[in-house]
Amino acid sequence: MKLGKYLLPLYGILALIYLMVPIVYTIAFSFNDSNRTNIIWNGFTLNNWLNVCDAQGVCEAFGNSIVIAIASTVFATVLGTAISIALVRYKFKGRAATTLLLFMPMATPEVVLGAGLAAQFLNAGVPKGMLTVILAHIMFSISFVVVTVRARVAGIDPRLEEAGRDLYAKPSQVWWKITFPLLMPGIVSAALLAFALSFDDFIITNFNRGPVNTLPSFIYTAAARGIPAEANVLASAVFILAILAVVITQVGGEINRRRLKASA
Amino acid sequence: MSLTAFSHGPSGVSAEPAAQKKSRIVWFLLLPGLVYLVLFFITPLISLVITALKEAPPGAFIGEYVTALRWENYSEVLSLYGEHSIRSFVYAAAATLIALAIGYPLAYFIGVRLRPYPLWQSLALVLVIAPFFISFLLRTVAWKQLLADEGFIVGTMKAWSILPPDTHITGTAVSVIFGLAYNFIPFMTLPLYSSIERLDLRLLEASNDLYAGAFTSFRKITLPLTMPGIISGTLLTFIPAAGDYVNASANFLGSTSTTMIGNVIESNFLVLQNYPHAASMSLILMSAILVLVSAYVFKSGTDDLL
Repeated sequence: MKLGKYLLPLYGILALIYLMVPIVYTIAFSFNDSNRTNIIWNGFTLNNWLNVCDAQGVCEAFGNSIVIAIASTVFATVLGTAISIALVRYKFKGRAATTLLLFMPMATPEVVLGAGLAAQFLNAGVPKGMLTVILAHIMFSISFVVVTVRARVAGIDPRLEEAGRDLYAKPSQVWWKITFPLLMPGIVSAALLAFALSFDDFIITNFNRGPVNTLPSFIYTAAARGIPAEANVLASAVFILAILAVVITQVGGEINRRRLKASA
Repeated sequence: MSLTAFSHGPSGVSAEPAAQKKSRIVWFLLLPGLVYLVLFFITPLISLVITALKEAPPGAFIGEYVTALRWENYSEVLSLYGEHSIRSFVYAAAATLIALAIGYPLAYFIGVRLRPYPLWQSLALVLVIAPFFISFLLRTVAWKQLLADEGFIVGTMKAWSILPPDTHITGTAVSVIFGLAYNFIPFMTLPLYSSIERLDLRLLEASNDLYAGAFTSFRKITLPLTMPGIISGTLLTFIPAAGDYVNASANFLGSTSTTMIGNVIESNFLVLQNYPHAASMSLILMSAILVLVSAYVFKSGTDDLL
């Protein structure tokens, strides 16, 4: 029992360290003074960070990834939020089928999703490119948005909206003044998740990108001959921004909770 | 509820038109997203069914196929790639077990032991999801370099004579399974955490009071109560692991002897342009996954899917 008391925390902390190892490695090697291949540690430099676009094609791929991630996040968040509200707030026929339709894209291996879309675009004669990648990313992001936002909708006290209606607020006013602000944290985390999923997707993208490169497809192709340190720089920069965003939303939520508690 | 008692608004006065309006709102909310999923999830699966039965007309170019009912595509891929399919499921099962062995204690540590310390708990959760925010390909390359013959980990272990000097890790089944387990640990840990977090610790106290040992309490209380998390974590790890082709690819942690279904589908579709073989292989993988998911739905229903 005494041993178990310390064994579990030790195991947990080791597991967390294990999860961090390749992240630390990737960030460290963004500072590597490498010439072409970024495999052996050659000493510290800031050059990769200062001249990040020097590696051919890396910034273009990064730009494409950002455009694709923003476009697919916006559409998936809107579509997914609407579905979440319907699922929590309304009773309707075909609920089980809807749930299954939302679950299946998450339960389908990415190669099958990618190959299916590629076969569809091929059969329909749609040329592969940026648009086909965006269409694919919206599809797999919707379900993740629903999962994230649904929990938040379920957590809203319906009496707040009832109170608004009782005070003669129009439905649009109830939505914009009460429901939407309360949903906002859920929508923001759903959007962050959709962005991260799109930005890091490789398998589905690779089937539908045609000649367009994204950062992951650039890295995959470069892996055959050596990935330039500039790719590590871009990935590390996005990582740091994303972690900051997560920490800020968490701390913001905590401050809000405390303020509400204090005023209650 | 107290607020509604004083309600003098229009609600309840004309219930009939309101209900009708409501049903219109539901479909306004649901339809765009559902139609999107039908167009870009269901129809692609139908496209796969059609493509899997196509045949090459006599004298066709590479990648040129016409609609047909060529069922031989299925028997061909099964005899060509049966070994790869079995390998995929074995690798994915091994990786899932490893992820469970690492993820369950981790989730228990965060969900139960860190429960009195909310700040540490949320910090630990951020660390669990942190891998999502940095390129999955670069993380896999990092392991490849750390596990390389002269790399930091294997090189050091050889120098300390923990491993014999002729050990190779990268390019073997061991490194592919290791990579798959690593990459999907967050998918295992998060659903485990959400069911462990809800575990009522008073039940464990009660069983302790009744002289149950730690192992009996775990087997009779903790395990059954966290079973939903174990099942969804297992599905969320096994499914993507079985379809993955990055870890097993020769430029990452695998070699030609570790080729999985995903690699077969990728090379048939994107390199060989043998679309019927790629499609029939995808459908075989999909039906194996469907068997798993329907077993789950049959047992637990659709309510807890999302």
